Amino acid sequence: MSDITANTSVPRSAPRREAPVATTGALAWLRANLFSGWLSTAVTLALGYLIVRAVMGLVDWAFINAIWSVPIAPNGQAQTQACRELQGSGACWAVVTEKHRFMLFGTYPYEQHWRPALVCVLFVGLYVVSAMRRFWNWTLVPIWMGTLTVIGILMWGGVFGLPYVPQERWGGLPITLILATFGLAFAFPLSILVALGRRSNLPAIKVLCVLYVELIRGVPLISLLFMASVMFPLFLPEGMNIDKLLRAQIAFILFAGAYLAEVVRAGLQGLPKGQYEAADAMGLSYWQKTGLIILPQALRMVIPPLVNTFIGFFKDTSLVLIIGIFDLLTAGKTAIVEPAWQGFGVEVYVFVGLIYLVFCFAMSKYSAGLEADLNKHRRR
Amino acid sequence: MSAALETTEGHIASAMRTDAPPAIVLDKVNKWFGALHVLRDVDLQVATGERVVVCGPSGSGKSTMIRCINRLETHQEGRIIVDGIELSDDLRALDAIRREVGMVFQSFNLFPHLTVLENCTLAPIWVRKMPKKEAEELAMEYLTRVKIPEQAKKYPGQLSGGQQQRVAIARALCMKPKIMLFDEPTSALDPEMIKEVLDTMVMLAATGMTMIVVTHEMGFARQVADRVVFMDQGEVVEVGTPDQVFNDPKTDRLKLFLSQILRGH
Repeated sequence: MSDITANTSVPRSAPRREAPVATTGALAWLRANLFSGWLSTAVTLALGYLIVRAVMGLVDWAFINAIWSVPIAPNGQAQTQACRELQGSGACWAVVTEKHRFMLFGTYPYEQHWRPALVCVLFVGLYVVSAMRRFWNWTLVPIWMGTLTVIGILMWGGVFGLPYVPQERWGGLPITLILATFGLAFAFPLSILVALGRRSNLPAIKVLCVLYVELIRGVPLISLLFMASVMFPLFLPEGMNIDKLLRAQIAFILFAGAYLAEVVRAGLQGLPKGQYEAADAMGLSYWQKTGLIILPQALRMVIPPLVNTFIGFFKDTSLVLIIGIFDLLTAGKTAIVEPAWQGFGVEVYVFVGLIYLVFCFAMSKYSAGLEADLNKHRRR
Repeated sequence: MSAALETTEGHIASAMRTDAPPAIVLDKVNKWFGALHVLRDVDLQVATGERVVVCGPSGSGKSTMIRCINRLETHQEGRIIVDGIELSDDLRALDAIRREVGMVFQSFNLFPHLTVLENCTLAPIWVRKMPKKEAEELAMEYLTRVKIPEQAKKYPGQLSGGQQQRVAIARALCMKPKIMLFDEPTSALDPEMIKEVLDTMVMLAATGMTMIVVTHEMGFARQVADRVVFMDQGEVVEVGTPDQVFNDPKTDRLKLFLSQILRGH
């Protein structure tokens, strides 16, 4: 023990030192997380063995034993005996090589496939531009209007020497992207208005918004789609006909809007009352307060559940198959109806699944970045 | 509580003008929260340039009263006239009043997603329709006056409580209000930050601003207030100069309150 005089004099501060070597670095991490005792070592080794086996099996199936193309008979029939002899030990990617254009573009006239292909590129371009915060201003409005007009012209044709293609022949990826993009682009603003309306002081608006959310949310999307495709035309005057895709689109917007409205409302409720009061006390009008103070904060808070809902609805577009619209998944299913290709569903679903995954993963990654970026002010 | 203030010499000269029409008139104001009678026949006149400190136990209705003045709360009976305009359901009258009345809250209520500078320029740009550049110059002027111009580009969450409250004061001043309301501006602050906020308010008082301050800071009241209003259970119980109220309380209720708040000091 030190003597008392030393303790009562000016206290010396303890020197700063490096952390002990054994607690940092890769080796220490391994020891702490994977090999901390005999049980954990055993579990690590067992799971490691299973993972290696599974990956090796997948590589065998997807690459080593896989068949990438098959000969085509002079009558245009694919000769898939080689694939069938594999008996599932390897993937028959030939079905994707042969059928990918049908899966991507459905029954769209074959020689015109460049048009839906260009449409998909335009959609992706539109997403990329919209994702850049540099464009987050009014210039986005003409960009969207312009791109969507070009997309409409490309899909329908009938002008500029493009042959007319009726909507019944559209299919595949463009249908999925059209439903998802228009659906969410209209449903999101709708949901904000409904969420604000549910908190309105005006009873009529409030009741209307509550009714909308509860009614739409209370029925399955499939029944809404059926109503849109079967019942709705019955109410229209004779001779008047609204495009089936448009009807499905409207059902989809209404459905997504109801779900998103509840997410937005959660954000509105998460804001402290003081924010509303401070904005009121300054003399901001209702729309100024909402647009400048409330929504920017409320929406930032609900980015994770918003994107969750977005991703869910992107995939829910595949439900339109039940009213006979040919989206990406339906086109994939139809591609293997042909006798030569029957039984190669796994390969087709892996291919279609990968396309969905690319879009959903991009949304997920982008939202994670956006969340970190927009919530910078919360960090100290 | 704030020894530094009590030792500064004497009372800040008042800019009170009794010849001008009163800045704020409360005439038999009554308010209920459900069945609870929170303001009972409150009468109060505040002259232009006058500084009024409102004190009283918690739940006495003092915050509710000043929140009625810019209609964050609505009163149910009586009349409130601010800057010559009577508060009513007329939204245009309300907008006119809110432009002229600045408010500082206990919990600051800065907008966390905007920088300090943007917090200050928001209302001048959108409500006063001031050009952005002019609003920024004005904001920097007031941020300099509350002694934090170097924090202009930071977000409120990066500042200390005392700094945030000074930003809140600057933000309210950027609207060039005629009247400033303070709702317990130092109650949410750590002790070492109270002084910097009170000093800012003393400085503001010296400019002749009409102020109503809900606070328990007796040193501030003595130094700045023209009148102190003591409220209890929704009523105005005593009104007088700081000297009269603090040194010569007439009612038992005020005596009890003073003994309670002074016990801790």
